[in-house]
Amino acid sequence: MKKRSISVFLGLGLVVLGSLWLLQRLLMPKYMGDIVEGALISEYYKETTDHDVIFVGDCEVYENFSPITMWEDYGITSYIRGSAQQLIWQSYYLLEETLKYEKPEAVVFNVLSMKYDTPQKEAYNRMTLDGMKWSKSKVDDIRASMMEDEEFADYVFPILRYHSRWQELTSDDFKYLFTKRPVSQSGYYMRIDVKPAQTFPKPKKLANYEFGENSWKYLEKMRELCEEKGIQLILVKAPSLYPAWYDEWEEQIKEYAKTYELPYYNFLELTDEIGIDFTQDTYDGGLHLNLSGAEKMGAYFGKILRDEFQIPDRRADETIASAWAEKCAAYYDMQKRQQEELDTYGYLKMFNSDKE
Amino acid sequence: MNELLDMLSDLHEDVDFESCDTLIDDGILDSFDIVTLITQIKDEFDVTIPADEIVPENFNSAEAIWNLIHRLDEE
Amino acid sequence: MLFTSYGFLAFLAAVLILYYTLCRRFQWQLLLAASYLFYYWSGPKNLIFIMVTTVTTYFAALKIGHYGEISAAYIKENKAKLTKEERKAYKAGMKKLQRKWMLACLFLNLGILAVLKYTNFAIANINFFLDAFHVGEPISFKNMILPMGISFYTFMAVGYLVDVYRGKYPAKRGLFSFALFISFFPQVVQGPISRFDDVSGDMWADHKFDGKAVSFGLQRILWGFFKKLVIADRILTAVNTIIHDPATYDGIYVFLGMMFYALELYADFTGGIDITIGTAELFGIHLKENFHRPYFSKNIAEYWRRWHITMGTWFTDYIFYPISVSDPMLRFNKFARRHFGEYIGKRMPVYTASAVVWFATGIWHGAAWNFIVWGMMNFVVLMVSQELEPCYKWFHKHFNVNGTLWYKIFQIIRTILLMSALRMFDCYRDVSLTFRMFGNMLVHSRIPQLFDGRFQTLGLAAADYLVLFIGLLILIVTSLIQRSGSVREKLAAKPLIVRFACWYGLFLAVLIFGAYGVGFDSSQFIYNQF
Repeated sequence: MKKRSISVFLGLGLVVLGSLWLLQRLLMPKYMGDIVEGALISEYYKETTDHDVIFVGDCEVYENFSPITMWEDYGITSYIRGSAQQLIWQSYYLLEETLKYEKPEAVVFNVLSMKYDTPQKEAYNRMTLDGMKWSKSKVDDIRASMMEDEEFADYVFPILRYHSRWQELTSDDFKYLFTKRPVSQSGYYMRIDVKPAQTFPKPKKLANYEFGENSWKYLEKMRELCEEKGIQLILVKAPSLYPAWYDEWEEQIKEYAKTYELPYYNFLELTDEIGIDFTQDTYDGGLHLNLSGAEKMGAYFGKILRDEFQIPDRRADETIASAWAEKCAAYYDMQKRQQEELDTYGYLKMFNSDKE
Repeated sequence: MNELLDMLSDLHEDVDFESCDTLIDDGILDSFDIVTLITQIKDEFDVTIPADEIVPENFNSAEAIWNLIHRLDEE
Repeated sequence: MLFTSYGFLAFLAAVLILYYTLCRRFQWQLLLAASYLFYYWSGPKNLIFIMVTTVTTYFAALKIGHYGEISAAYIKENKAKLTKEERKAYKAGMKKLQRKWMLACLFLNLGILAVLKYTNFAIANINFFLDAFHVGEPISFKNMILPMGISFYTFMAVGYLVDVYRGKYPAKRGLFSFALFISFFPQVVQGPISRFDDVSGDMWADHKFDGKAVSFGLQRILWGFFKKLVIADRILTAVNTIIHDPATYDGIYVFLGMMFYALELYADFTGGIDITIGTAELFGIHLKENFHRPYFSKNIAEYWRRWHITMGTWFTDYIFYPISVSDPMLRFNKFARRHFGEYIGKRMPVYTASAVVWFATGIWHGAAWNFIVWGMMNFVVLMVSQELEPCYKWFHKHFNVNGTLWYKIFQIIRTILLMSALRMFDCYRDVSLTFRMFGNMLVHSRIPQLFDGRFQTLGLAAADYLVLFIGLLILIVTSLIQRSGSVREKLAAKPLIVRFACWYGLFLAVLIFGAYGVGFDSSQFIYNQF
């Protein structure tokens, strides 16, 4: 009798746990449609080989540098651990977590996120955090990122956050229930469409240009972590025409870089040298570069990485080369698919499903 | 007892107060009735029924009410 | 701390586990500690008030009980020697002493309640008069704390004190045991207003782990969560939209708001009480029911015997009867009967006491004229329906509808509409606005208004209304089933697969359809290109 009730109990328990697990998977957003940025972070764990360069930061890293160009031209292995509106502490913890898996030669950080001293938007938090595997870094990251109305339990059991999506379920939610298709190549988000840069309104004056304490704290942590591990930290400002990058901010970063002898490249000032043409190289009017722009950046920055920082050429290594051959194949395949859509529809349907 | 039964019939003429013993439980007597009854009991019998005696046990039947009146008178 | 929060669930789980394991020999002490911790989380400064009430009531009751014992012992000893008059005089004397202590304690504790709750209301009214007569400067409002549950626990303390004074039961010995009665965390938030002798059997007794009691308690808590999260919190969005913008939502939308609120309040209040009673059940403590399928009532008098029952009985036992059978009132009764005739005279004491009770009920609900007017309107309706008794009798003599299903349904709907209309005073900003909106609803309501686009702006999607509709059906069906006996008992008798489907299904409904969390509130997700 007792044995039977234990097995019944276990059976029911399995049904409960199994159904909850399935429901959770169903209700979590898949980010396979118009907004794929939420799928970026989790793709890192599928990597099979190490990388000499790791990028961390927001969309100004994952849309502006082509890792495939850096590989093809210089044999540099890189991965972009970027996500939408990635905040500086999120970059720090992602870096900390990455170091559990590998030790790169250099880490590249886009300094725009210094402007955000406090948590900004729950939706972006989710896109960065949900994809991370559970680790102490993730726990710390969640704690640092939570907005007032968020609860830690909502991250442990995402069904508590996404349950209301029952009203918004689409076919994607069922199609990608267990596996997702890749949306990036080595963390790079490709866009081949073109929309020339517009003129932007003059940036409005700020009351205070000082970067916040929290931002400095995490920049310090990042610097110290890299120093401790013998990793070269490289600060960059990507060539996005908007949002505004104030001179006052530029000064603070230059000052910091000078103090700690960190290399800092403001690509906004180097666009001519790089050969960026804002009528051709951007897909959204100057906010981000498209594929052609990103490849130019890859070529330019790759040279710097090789010449200034002696990032090695790994093309001779068979394992790495074959892994990157696959990446390149996926990259060109994506380019081909996007080109086909452009030719057929005049716009990229894969990211604009609601357009007529 | 008869005066009491008269008082009760005044309140509800169609109820058999001699035999019914669920006056409160069945909601036959409501709070209006109770208060009116208590006022009249004070007038007729010069017995004050305090608020804490207003419990179902004391008012569920004419007999219970009669016993209550007597008990309070004796105390 | 909200019942429907992760914090509360974690807290409850911890207390429950300790109750039946480590703290097996210290169960009520654990509950006391948990209750004070729970209260501390509502605001550390609040603790002083509940402690003052607890301590003063405890010692006043002991003193009263002590006098009672002395009195009883003296009477017993000298039974033979005393005459009836001497005995009555002695008793009266002792009663006077007891009354002194009771009144002092009542004055202090009800005074605390009055000051904390009604100071700003009084100031607002004084300022109104000062302004109307252009006299003096307006008094500034004071920063008053309103400790959690003060209206509830004060009434419980008062009830206990008066019961001891009346000799209903002896005063409780043990300050800390008594403190648990006042502060018991499930009921300190929104009642029920317990009577001491209802819970004294369970509260300090030893409780062995009883699987059935615990699972029944959990089931009841889950049911309460369902009502609150799936139904109440969902429809609240629409209710708020309507009542916060009376200019836009007039005509039939007032009616819609009224009915939505009727559902929302029912689901929220009874759901909260389900969680309360279910929680207490987990610990083996049985609290009195506060609702008895109130929306099945056939008239307003019955409704008030079935809605917020413990409040109604409290006001009846401690305000209504004491006033209506008090000496001054009996004298008033005689006076009224002599001067206004038998008919009016007989009614005046009852109606006067009733008016006081409804005024008190109104103001107990909130320190605003809305609530006072609501209370008095209830009184007026009750009085009118009482006076119309002869009309009803005449009607039923001539039309044999009493007892038929159709007439019952008519009565039920009539009562629901009436009570929902009265509750509009809860909703709108002030009394005059409420009357205006009520008038607007009566005069300007048109069915086509539901299709002019405003309905879609209430804040709920079609799927939400579907959930609400199904939820409402579940509520009605469950209530119908409950008429013939406990639903949990009936379910417990069913085969395992049925029980599992039912309770797990309910759990999933709360988890998925509950109106909680960031996802429910947050505005549409927009990707910003930064």
